[in-house]
Amino acid sequence: MNRLRLGWRKALNAIMLSLTGVAALAVVSVLFLILGYLIWNGGKSLSWDFFTKLPKPVGETGGGMANAILGSLKLLLLAAVMGLPVGLLAGVYLAEFGGKTFSFVVRYTTDLLNGVPSIVIGIFAYSLVVLPVKHFSTLAGGVALGIMVIPITVRSTEEFLRGVPGTLREGAMALGASKWKTIATVILPAASGGIITGMLLALARVAGETAPLLFTAFSNRYWSSGWSQPAASLPVMLYTYAIAPYEDWHRQAWAAGLVLLGIVLLANLGTRLALSRRGAVRSI
Amino acid sequence: MIAVSPGHNAAAARLAPQMSIDEPVTVGSQREALVRFQISDLNFFYGSKQAVFDLHLKIPANRVTALIGPSGCGKSTFLRTLNRMNETVRNTRFDGRILLDGQDIRKMDVVGLRRRVGMVFQRPNPFPKSIYENVAYGLRINGYRGRLSELVEHSLRRAALWDEVKDHLHKSAFTLSGGQQQRLCIARALAVDPEVLLLDEPCSALDPVTTAKIEELMFGLKDSCTMVIVTHNMQQAARASDFTAFMLDGKLIEHSETSKLFTTPSDPRTEAYITGRFG
Repeated sequence: MNRLRLGWRKALNAIMLSLTGVAALAVVSVLFLILGYLIWNGGKSLSWDFFTKLPKPVGETGGGMANAILGSLKLLLLAAVMGLPVGLLAGVYLAEFGGKTFSFVVRYTTDLLNGVPSIVIGIFAYSLVVLPVKHFSTLAGGVALGIMVIPITVRSTEEFLRGVPGTLREGAMALGASKWKTIATVILPAASGGIITGMLLALARVAGETAPLLFTAFSNRYWSSGWSQPAASLPVMLYTYAIAPYEDWHRQAWAAGLVLLGIVLLANLGTRLALSRRGAVRSI
Repeated sequence: MIAVSPGHNAAAARLAPQMSIDEPVTVGSQREALVRFQISDLNFFYGSKQAVFDLHLKIPANRVTALIGPSGCGKSTFLRTLNRMNETVRNTRFDGRILLDGQDIRKMDVVGLRRRVGMVFQRPNPFPKSIYENVAYGLRINGYRGRLSELVEHSLRRAALWDEVKDHLHKSAFTLSGGQQQRLCIARALAVDPEVLLLDEPCSALDPVTTAKIEELMFGLKDSCTMVIVTHNMQQAARASDFTAFMLDGKLIEHSETSKLFTTPSDPRTEAYITGRFG
């Protein structure tokens, strides 16, 4: 009886252990499959031209997506300028100032905003920016992405600020620092590594968004002149090229996917490296 | 810049190492020490829970006053009312009167009060900055511009840390040992030249050798600073303080000269506590 139960317990342990292991393996392999597939298919069609040339008209082979790469960077810049400061300050509010009720409302709303389908945010930006001026623009795309950046930044900023030990706050206050001074000179610097990583993840997340750009920044087969013109972006180009009936475009779509992933990975690695170099001081 | 108070320049001048301290030296003289803090009818509440009851206490200037008592007796709470640190905790209030040099601390600007009444915490809490920047912090936020490095050196010397750190002032404060970190925190508090230093169990996380260093440094600070130390270590109270106050359940039971309190306590509860019968 006892022996039977022990055997069952051991078996259950083994089963659960292998189930969790298999699931973990599945997660990793999905990522590596995507990565490998992208490199395999995209690598072949990646050339110097891809980064420097404009798209060729239908029927001609070759050409690149230089305008889409620049367009994506411009959109991300706009998203960063509009979304990150709001997200950062709201995160500071939640972590350091918020009362009970209002904080709860803000936190809950932020989570809801995070869950709003990106296409809905696209429609919102469309009616806010595109409709009044009656044409698509880079700015409208930036607004859509900027809105998406906010909730992610808010929550990650709040989390990392909460991670800063309360004794640091007391230390600064005991020296006569005001609350804001304490936050600006001690708390934010102490949490800066995490906060910046969170911001970067937010930007990486929206860098691949297609839906909100379809009717805001739209697309453009040429260089976009200024912020009020439609702009090409890698995800939208990828989408257009992938559903087109031309073999050459399919190859370019793969290359676009690879470049998009590359930008995100590079930005991520770069920040991590930069932060770890200053790291000694901020390991609390 | 909110932190610059009118008296700031005078205070800054006072910080200079070659300046003499403006208080007359009373330690060792036959004169009665001046009263730095005068506390009367102090009641303290966390929400509806009362933590300190009708406390009366005079804290003499340029002496070390130790607060002893079992955990939860309100001694830390009391200490943190002296620089209004409890205000950072939600839902707390106190009534009664606390006078610092005859001035009601409630009517004082909290920034000014905390610059005059420094604090050292139970666990060393250096900022994630360099050693130098930790000490300079209080000066910087108070808007002090000038011979910053001289004042940093002076403060580190007063905290008996200079010789150990002078060659790597710009390294992270986290590279220091626990005891050095605590002395750094003392140096940081001393940099703004406080009249009073509140120490909340400053040695409870330190080994005996480091503890001895800090006690020694406290002794050296007496001619420029009034100190109030909360401690669980009765030997420490007996060694390092001139006056001792014994608290129990939020009430002050006995307050007298340390030598008297530890040899001939007048209250049986004090005697029971210092002889180790409870607490």
